[in-house]
Amino acid sequence: MPEAPPDDLPALRVENVDVTYGRAVSALRSVSLTVPHGAVVALLGANGAGKTTLLRAVSGTLRLHRGAITAGRVRYGGTVLDGRDPVAAVRAGVVQVPEGRRVFAGLSVDENLRSGGLGLGRRGRAQVQEARERVFALFPRLAERTHQAAGLLSGGEQQMLAIGRALMAAPRLLLLDEPSLGLAPQMVYRIAEVIREINAQGTAVLLVEQNAGMALSLADRAYVLEVGETRLSGPADELARTDAVRRLYLGESAEDQGAA
Amino acid sequence: MTGFLDNVLGGLALGAVYALVALGFVVIFKASGVLNFAHGSLLLFGGYLIAVLHDDLGFAGALALAILTTAALAGALDRFLLQRGGQDAHAAHVQTIVTIGVDIVLFTDLARRVGGDLLSLGDPWGDSVTELGPVTVADSRLAAIVVSAVVIAAVFALFRFTSWGLSLRAAAEDLEAAALMGVRLGRVRAGAWCLAGALAALAAVFLAAFPAPGLERGTGQIALNAFPAAILGGLASPAGALAGSLIIGLTEALVVGYQSDLHVLGEGFGDVAPYAVMLLVLLVRPTGLFGAKGAARV
Repeated sequence: MPEAPPDDLPALRVENVDVTYGRAVSALRSVSLTVPHGAVVALLGANGAGKTTLLRAVSGTLRLHRGAITAGRVRYGGTVLDGRDPVAAVRAGVVQVPEGRRVFAGLSVDENLRSGGLGLGRRGRAQVQEARERVFALFPRLAERTHQAAGLLSGGEQQMLAIGRALMAAPRLLLLDEPSLGLAPQMVYRIAEVIREINAQGTAVLLVEQNAGMALSLADRAYVLEVGETRLSGPADELARTDAVRRLYLGESAEDQGAA
Repeated sequence: MTGFLDNVLGGLALGAVYALVALGFVVIFKASGVLNFAHGSLLLFGGYLIAVLHDDLGFAGALALAILTTAALAGALDRFLLQRGGQDAHAAHVQTIVTIGVDIVLFTDLARRVGGDLLSLGDPWGDSVTELGPVTVADSRLAAIVVSAVVIAAVFALFRFTSWGLSLRAAAEDLEAAALMGVRLGRVRAGAWCLAGALAALAAVFLAAFPAPGLERGTGQIALNAFPAAILGGLASPAGALAGSLIIGLTEALVVGYQSDLHVLGEGFGDVAPYAVMLLVLLVRPTGLFGAKGAARV
């Protein structure tokens, strides 16, 4: 896993991005972030800090929430992503797993996986079988339940399906929004293992988490957002030792960490 | 007994045609959350095109052109008018009201053109009939049943096996998650409107064919009986639309057929029957026959 990749390998670069909802509510102010090729980057922060907004800015779904990037750039490799639709991100190799899993409950496991390849169009159909085998190797449980409705899976299985669905597009960068949310500790551990495995296969990960302990143990670098601005950033192991992060890790609210 | 079989066959034919219209309602609702009140006028538009074109192009040519044009009109209506309002649930309510406006514009113009006339669509069945054992059936009714069955089966296959169908079902379940998978919501939506428009134009043929006297300006209103069919089926369920349409078609045919025995209900109860059935079903199952989704575990 390269720490500082050469420039020709694609990296996600978010540069001085402002995001506004409904032309009035400012959600991000001049936020910058880089996810190098093949790296795991954690994005931490309290509720309302703007973590999900930042993911939306990358994946192109702000418009569905009446939001827009009002300044700055989002690029992945040579592709400009700001102002584009989600299809552009998927085609560039950037795929988001939404918060709360959001599997298509009425569709079968198999159809959910098929839907993950929809963004690639005709070009992607050849690689669907290959991607499916990769997903089943990661999540053997899904292979046993291909015809079951996704809504009938357990919470952990749904999270696996949500990640597997995103992998069907063979992303080079996976955006994960709170994958541990609402899962039992054992399942959180399992998800962390899976993230490590996916990364080892060459996919970069931008991980949004409230479970800072898990996120920092996986990540190479981390950023801490606070009410729409970058508060801290640095190598994950260094950040894990700072007071502010330790307090965040203990679950105190954002207002209490102003002293850092 | 013969009378009963006559009525059942008539009801099936009517239900099959309603199913074409109701499926259009459902596809549009599923894809965009919009109740398309302009559907009757789209149907009238398709029928009118066939009426004016069949002398020059022949029935088949006129039908093909009308289906394509109506599909294009419905798709353009969605893409260039309704989609400007956005994709969320609130926008869908506004867009539903916009379709009422579109209906008024479209219907007013078509009514002016049709006037009080009865237009022939030049269909090949005319008033010919076929003897099926003890019953005599109009060929147009048999054609309605066969054509609708084939077309509806094709639409269901489209839902199940194509990328577009999967995109539509995924987007109907969760718009944002579908967008994140790279589903082009705008195109999927517009495609659904095109399909609904095509189905409406096809339905116009059978609503105007024998034993109906021809296409009149009220034909679009008759098609609105498919509306209770779609609702009692569950509005977002294609299978429900099919079941609802057959129920409504059979009810209407039987009520009209036995009108003399039902005179306590007053004259013309056949027009009211679809709505009465819808209300009865909704009293027992408020979400419609196929409306409730049990497959959710939180």
